[in-house]
Amino acid sequence: MATVSIRELEIDFGTLRVLQTLNLDIKEGEFIVLLGPSGCGKSTLLNAVAGLLDVTAGQIWIGGKNVTWEEPKDRGIGMVFQSYALYPRMTVKGNLSFGLKMAKTPHDEIEKRVAKAAKILQIEPLLGRRPSELSGGQRQRVAIGRALVRDVDVFLFDEPLSNLDAKLRTELRVEIKRLHHELGSTMIYVTHDQIEALTLADRIAVMNGGVIQQLASPKEIYRRPVNRFVAGFVGSPGMNFVDGTLALGGGAPGFVLSDGTRLDISGYEFSGDPKDGQPATIGIRPEQIELKEKAEDATILPIHLNLVEPMGADSLVWGHVSGTQFAVRIDGDDHVATPATVDAFFSPSQASIFDKAGGARL
Amino acid sequence: MSTTTMEPQGPRPSRITPARIGVYAFLVVSAAFFLLPLYVMLITSIKPMAEIRLGNLFSFPLAPTIEPWIKAWTYACTGVNCDGIKVGFLNSFRILVPSVIVSIALGATIGYALSFWRPRGANFLFAVLLLGAFIPYQVFLYPLVRMLSTVGLYNSLPGIVVVHTIFGLPLMTLLFRNFYAGIPIDLFKAARVDGGGFWAIFFRLMLPLSTPIIIVAVILQVTGIWNDFLFGLIFAGRENFPMTVELNNVVNTTTGEREYNVNMAATILTALVPLIVYFVSGRWFVRGIAAGAVKG
Repeated sequence: MATVSIRELEIDFGTLRVLQTLNLDIKEGEFIVLLGPSGCGKSTLLNAVAGLLDVTAGQIWIGGKNVTWEEPKDRGIGMVFQSYALYPRMTVKGNLSFGLKMAKTPHDEIEKRVAKAAKILQIEPLLGRRPSELSGGQRQRVAIGRALVRDVDVFLFDEPLSNLDAKLRTELRVEIKRLHHELGSTMIYVTHDQIEALTLADRIAVMNGGVIQQLASPKEIYRRPVNRFVAGFVGSPGMNFVDGTLALGGGAPGFVLSDGTRLDISGYEFSGDPKDGQPATIGIRPEQIELKEKAEDATILPIHLNLVEPMGADSLVWGHVSGTQFAVRIDGDDHVATPATVDAFFSPSQASIFDKAGGARL
Repeated sequence: MSTTTMEPQGPRPSRITPARIGVYAFLVVSAAFFLLPLYVMLITSIKPMAEIRLGNLFSFPLAPTIEPWIKAWTYACTGVNCDGIKVGFLNSFRILVPSVIVSIALGATIGYALSFWRPRGANFLFAVLLLGAFIPYQVFLYPLVRMLSTVGLYNSLPGIVVVHTIFGLPLMTLLFRNFYAGIPIDLFKAARVDGGGFWAIFFRLMLPLSTPIIIVAVILQVTGIWNDFLFGLIFAGRENFPMTVELNNVVNTTTGEREYNVNMAATILTALVPLIVYFVSGRWFVRGIAAGAVKG
């Protein structure tokens, strides 16, 4: 267990700035997920923490020690790669014990630790096999085991589940979560899969363009995204965005859509500095729309429905609001007639409103 | 159900087309073209001189003898010495073994360093190395002679080994660098996180993966160095002349009539090592080249 602290970190690849003055403090035993689209710098950040990349400026602290100039092996970290990166010519046992051999660990201690890790990950019957004789899930288990045996303080995961099929991914995701509970180690986990992020993380750092956009709990990220990027990136299907203008002068605060419809948004908590007449975007998640009954604080939203996508447990109803594509999630058993123009309902307190120009939450 | 209306099922029947016949004809002709000289050499080398004088180049020997082979190996004259080409054979081996080992070891290490550790100026270094491979050897000869004689290595076994190593290095480095470039960088990163240093990662992780490319390198270097004539003649010194130079001396030393059978036997003996290498390793060679090609 150790804290990880990234201070004023900058990384350039040639003239390209990949990370811009990045600060991140990770508590002991915390599970942090770095979430973002490819090219956002999340893997670069992880590699820098691992010591596999030279930083341009700034510091990296692990366990209260400045490790900016330390070798990877001296940082107390273990890393799990997307491609597993198992040593092809060694058996599973050889893979697990390589790091310990490098550290000149006594033989019986190696045996003990390998046995323990193999037991935790349930790979005991595989110890004599070569990586090529393992399935994808087994390979990733071994890769995790390689970090496990070294008794590290911080686990770094670089998209560890991206190469697995959907079923295995779900299984191993649960296992990683269990592992975190059992070990209590600090874990930094890079992924572009928001489901992994939401299910695993204590806190998620959503990254874009080398900058952390928002660092908060999964719930906060999902409910109160700080800007349009976070709102659009997290959630599947994505949040619905409709452009309009704020109408704050006189009476209840309103949001006027481009077709002139005025939505009552009383109950929405403004966090920025909204101005009357300001161009803005309102964001509503598909499951925050109700087609049937109107809750007490709900606002009416006229919507033109034209397509139903059944997905088993629930269905997606696609339509238009003020000329913009709009999705509504309804119960799988409910029936909706399409095409039709209906009044839908949403609670302004659950919605998000962003500045149209800058994208920041208002 | 008659056969004429049979529904297509199972493997499609193969048919011999004119194009196929043409291909085989071409292959047979080219094979004959390359095998004929070998046949003539073998036949001639076991004919006594009396039969050779008759001039029937392709006819089978009436009284086969292995005497020319024994003479070529043990007491054919190379200039003033009459010890056969066995001396050259041994010399060639003494040049070959250290040259192959040193050039491949260096090439592999440099290729590994360039691929994974990327020292400052790695690309520049590599470019210079490659450039070196394209400059004609003749340009280097005189400066190298001066340099080696300055450090006292001219006309010596270590001298010729150094020369072969230097000239083998660009190709060996290129070969290994490209091979290692095809190995996922994550493997290297994982080993670094596990605490592997430069040599530990090289010996425990990368070399065991390098078998195919090492075999390719051995084949290239063994045949290249064994067949070398120029460097051996210039740098090895009289004591260490390789087999190719000795062969030339055998063929050019004539007292009385030209002994074609002995010359043929000596030539086959000289060609034997590359021949064996190709026969034994042909499969590996193709596999190594293909692996290198696929992995980029």
